Amino acid sequence: MALSKKDIQQIAHLARIEVSDDEIADYVDKLSQIIGLVDQLQQVNTTDVVPMAHPSDMYQRLRDDEVSEVNQRELFQRNASAVTDGLYRVPKVLD
Amino acid sequence: MQRSTIAELSRQLRGGSVTSRALVERYLAAIEALDGSINAFITVCGEQALAAADAADELLQSGQAGPLTGVPLAHKDIFCTTDAPTTCGSRMLEGYVSPFDATAVERLRAAGAVLVGKTNMDEFAMGSSTETSYFGPTGNPWDLNRSPGGSSGGSAAAVAAGMIPAGTGTDTGGSIRQPAALAGVTGFKPTYGRVSRYGMVAFASSLDQAGTLTLTAEDAAILMEAMAGFDPRDSTCADLPVPAYTDALNTSLAGKRIGVPKEFFDAGLDSDNEQCVREAIAVFEEQGATVVEVSLPNLHLSVPAYYIVAPAECSSNLSRFDGVRFGHRHEEVTDLESFYKLTRKEGFGPEVKRRIITGAYVLSAGYYDAYYLKAQQVRQLISEDFKRCFAEVDLLAGPTTPTPAFLLGEKMDDPVQMYLNDIYTIGVNLAGLPGISVPCGLVRGLPVGLQLIGPQFGESAVLNCAHIYQQQTQWHDLVPAISASGSDGDSR
Repeated sequence: MALSKKDIQQIAHLARIEVSDDEIADYVDKLSQIIGLVDQLQQVNTTDVVPMAHPSDMYQRLRDDEVSEVNQRELFQRNASAVTDGLYRVPKVLD
Repeated sequence: MQRSTIAELSRQLRGGSVTSRALVERYLAAIEALDGSINAFITVCGEQALAAADAADELLQSGQAGPLTGVPLAHKDIFCTTDAPTTCGSRMLEGYVSPFDATAVERLRAAGAVLVGKTNMDEFAMGSSTETSYFGPTGNPWDLNRSPGGSSGGSAAAVAAGMIPAGTGTDTGGSIRQPAALAGVTGFKPTYGRVSRYGMVAFASSLDQAGTLTLTAEDAAILMEAMAGFDPRDSTCADLPVPAYTDALNTSLAGKRIGVPKEFFDAGLDSDNEQCVREAIAVFEEQGATVVEVSLPNLHLSVPAYYIVAPAECSSNLSRFDGVRFGHRHEEVTDLESFYKLTRKEGFGPEVKRRIITGAYVLSAGYYDAYYLKAQQVRQLISEDFKRCFAEVDLLAGPTTPTPAFLLGEKMDDPVQMYLNDIYTIGVNLAGLPGISVPCGLVRGLPVGLQLIGPQFGESAVLNCAHIYQQQTQWHDLVPAISASGSDGDSR
């Protein structure tokens, strides 16, 4: 199935990736090829086949609700490029 | 200088004939001499490595050393390390220094291995050629115009060229086994869940697994004994005892049943590759194993199923890169949505963006059932094919890749051709199985890989079989043109 420019813009928006006008033809071309590849699966009869999300034959483990980590805010914020008074800075969200 | 295995270095270190400092200096010199042309390393941490080597030498003096004490090692740059940056081959993480060590790193460090550097990789492990790295492609030491494969191409090339005795890797669709095949080294991917994924930058969480790139299967077994095992910090890490892999290496193959899937020898397989692989399989018969033909009828669906499942998981995992808490940040906008979009446009390369967008598409409303659910059902069919085979045989054997190393740039403009290169490795990840690639010949002067696949948690049998093969053959000892031992030698 071929994707349109509009499809690409809509999906890129969902993925929060800016796609500029000069890039869009390349995305349309390559993503259409990829969708063409995966479309082969539509031919397969999968009636009553249980979907496999995961290769492990195990249950989700639970642990006791105990404190296991100490506060290391300064260490963690070393990798952030905009921090003020221990808070992460982002563009204004509310007017 | 000759290439050396971990097993050899470990004996020399414990016997006192060499110090860890001398080894680290030797490998740093090899990196200095060769890596300008190969580009296998993103970061080389010489000072820390020498300090760690000195500490290891003290332990060795005191007689408290283990098999890895003082052994130089490189980590793929996807493993978080506190003492070196972790870029994942991406502009997005340029300069990122993790506040914690990955569990695999922590365990190898505790076992005494000395971290010498972080190796190049396809960006976020998305690629089969190491060409999508933000830090430039890695050259194949057998022919610098060719790719060493990927995504763990940096570790594979570094081991092949003798710049490091061993490196770690990760394998989501073949990213350890394929570069091992194309660079002529041994690449081992354990069962999904055998090694903790904690601190391994996530690509596709139901497929990612850590493993090794080494000169021999014996070295893979030595590293696995240190890396593998339960970790409460990874909810998918198997709570099972880790066998002594090195103890099982020499078990006789007499009476073992080895299945050869007929679909591995399809029209896409280079006929010279096929001949090398067939000759390798004959070695197992000489060793007393019974070889039978088996079938994986849904194998041809593994690439399309993978290219739904992996991008879907990737689009979810990579949503964490928002420019706020870590990573690249676009500075010049005033609204939050443009901030996210421009941060991610600039921080990610083209292949990563293609996969995120593909993933978002197959998960989006109206397409989820047709793509994602369908792929999960096909994944079940592929997994059942393998289970049926392992009811009949102990191991599967076949090629790792359809062809030897391809030229750099050859497949970069055609993602589907690049994806199809992983046809023989991807099914193993979908089913969560252990697999290894070992060198089994040369075609047109380039190495060819033999792939061995085991049932879940059957690592011992895979390593045993690969080790016996390497006792009978010398392909793993062949040295590439560009290597620390120069081009005049013809063996390790």
